[in-house]
Amino acid sequence: MSIERETLLEMYLRMNQARAFEEKVKWGFARGMIHGTTHLSIGQEASGVASCMALDKGDKASLSHRGHSAAIGFGVDLNKMMAELLGRANGYCKGKGGSMHIADIESGNLGANGIVGGGFSISVGAALTQQYQETGNVVLCFSGDGATNEGSFHESLNLASIWKLPVIFYIENNLYAMSNPIEKSMNITDIADRAASYGMPGVICDGNDVFDVYQTIQEAAKHCRDGKGPVLVESKTYRWDGHSKSDAQAYRTMEERKEWMAKDPILRLRNHLIEEGIKTAEEVDAIDTKAKQDIEDAFEFAWNSPEPDVSTLMEDVYA
Amino acid sequence: MKTMTYAEAIRAAMSEEMRRDENVMFMGEDVGLYGGAFGISVGMLDEFGPKRVKDTPISEAVIAGAAAGAAATGLRPIMEIMFSDFFTISMDALVNQAAKMRYMFGGKAQVPMVCRTPGGSGTGAAAQHSQSLEAWFCHVPGIKVVTPSTPADAYGLLKASIRDNNPIVFIEQKLLYRTSGEVPVDQDDFIIPLGLADVKREGTDVTIVTYGRMVQRALEAAEIAAEKGISVEVVDPRTLQPLDKDTIIKSVEKTGKLIVVVEAAQTGSYAGEIIASVTESDAFDFLDAPVQRLCGKDVPIPYNPTLEAAVVPQVDEIVAAIEKAVNRG
Repeated sequence: MSIERETLLEMYLRMNQARAFEEKVKWGFARGMIHGTTHLSIGQEASGVASCMALDKGDKASLSHRGHSAAIGFGVDLNKMMAELLGRANGYCKGKGGSMHIADIESGNLGANGIVGGGFSISVGAALTQQYQETGNVVLCFSGDGATNEGSFHESLNLASIWKLPVIFYIENNLYAMSNPIEKSMNITDIADRAASYGMPGVICDGNDVFDVYQTIQEAAKHCRDGKGPVLVESKTYRWDGHSKSDAQAYRTMEERKEWMAKDPILRLRNHLIEEGIKTAEEVDAIDTKAKQDIEDAFEFAWNSPEPDVSTLMEDVYA
Repeated sequence: MKTMTYAEAIRAAMSEEMRRDENVMFMGEDVGLYGGAFGISVGMLDEFGPKRVKDTPISEAVIAGAAAGAAATGLRPIMEIMFSDFFTISMDALVNQAAKMRYMFGGKAQVPMVCRTPGGSGTGAAAQHSQSLEAWFCHVPGIKVVTPSTPADAYGLLKASIRDNNPIVFIEQKLLYRTSGEVPVDQDDFIIPLGLADVKREGTDVTIVTYGRMVQRALEAAEIAAEKGISVEVVDPRTLQPLDKDTIIKSVEKTGKLIVVVEAAQTGSYAGEIIASVTESDAFDFLDAPVQRLCGKDVPIPYNPTLEAAVVPQVDEIVAAIEKAVNRG
């Protein structure tokens, strides 16, 4: 599988932006500059970015609570996204959504979701619109491994399969549902096995390998566009940080984390770019630097952005 | 004008809106060939085909979630939940997703979906098929709640609901489905705006505020009271969210007495909200008797017909409340 050079370089930039974004968010939380809570996807950048970049124009994505990498992969205005995390008036949601609700319906980003498993049925509905209006577009529905134990998972996959809806159920299996390891929450190793009971393909990809993620999603999207119905894709990956900002991570070992950090998806793509002669080490460094600077600029923009006026409190409850 | 049942009026409203707007579609359990558990959609599959009238599996969570997702991306789905009790299974999609999407996404989403569902007791269906849960939905900002009491109201309010750009819970009454009335189907675009109460009977001595199937009982009680020389005004808010407080307040300012009658279990029912909106208004100064509420008893709905009937307010109880209010004043 090859990815076009320009796409690959843009992918590398967005993965670095995602990493830098979340490092900055961590930094901001530690200093009390960002409040509430947030769920970081550091270590899962290939899974979030390459999957969204495999989509076509007009395709939709519904993101999970751990959705920063996916949002950046889908394509966002970094300034507006950071401003939303800082609760500012010019954030994506005018400061009313925060980290768990980054959305841009117009561009096809149907929103991150604070309810684990909440995106399954929403995605089924969005896919129904694509089928009904014959748009030829697909919906990429993100969730974590834990969400597949929710009842809505079953109802949604069943309905999508009988109606042959163009939706990819993209399960990022990072091995832990908060603290609960997968072996204690389901009696199978591969979530992709669950697809069989809905008569849909269940595919596994290496979530830390941009090429595998990209190819798998493109093939799944083709399956959907051909009118063959939904696909379940399980992306095996790992989050380096805790579930949320208040996680002592007593449930896993430093050895395990180190093992996965050695599979750093950004480092893997960086090495590929250099080894294949696509870019020199210096040129790749320049991309890294640009990504960090983009995020510094976004934070600067957000920090200097206005707070929402209290007069906006009651706006947008009803259309 | 055409005489039709409440059920036929609902079917007429859905069908007309589906003819008018290609993006309106209808889905639910057994709504196609079967025509819905209460026969509301009989014939609609024939007219609109399986693309627009969709049978779903028994999956209330995804019915509601799919409606929300479809609505947010350009369709205008009508969904049916066979009994309003089954909304417990749909609540995440309705409460956490559909109701909040617009606000939490900074006003950039709109979710035009109508959740039709029958509520209320009186059919011998017992505790899990008979509840009146409208107050739950009213408690969630972002949802509108509609409770029609006549065929004409059901028709005009459903058309308005389908054209509205918000998630709407449209609570029908099982015991009203076969009641008949005049419906202005031949009037081009007969729409009843949401948030507009209707004075079902004018009067000067006592105000009764009620909705759904209790409207008929209140009117019967008002008739009996009239024979005793008491003039009762019956106000039907028709939509609970938004609530037409002005019409209610104006009526109480005229009569000075307020009785609220609802079928739902008393504790936490919408009767409390209606009363509060009066007592915190200027109408408080016009009250010359304690406000009364007649509600369902705080029990699960029982199976035995005598027990079941005893749960909800009776006509003679409403008459007694009217007399009590008048004698106090």
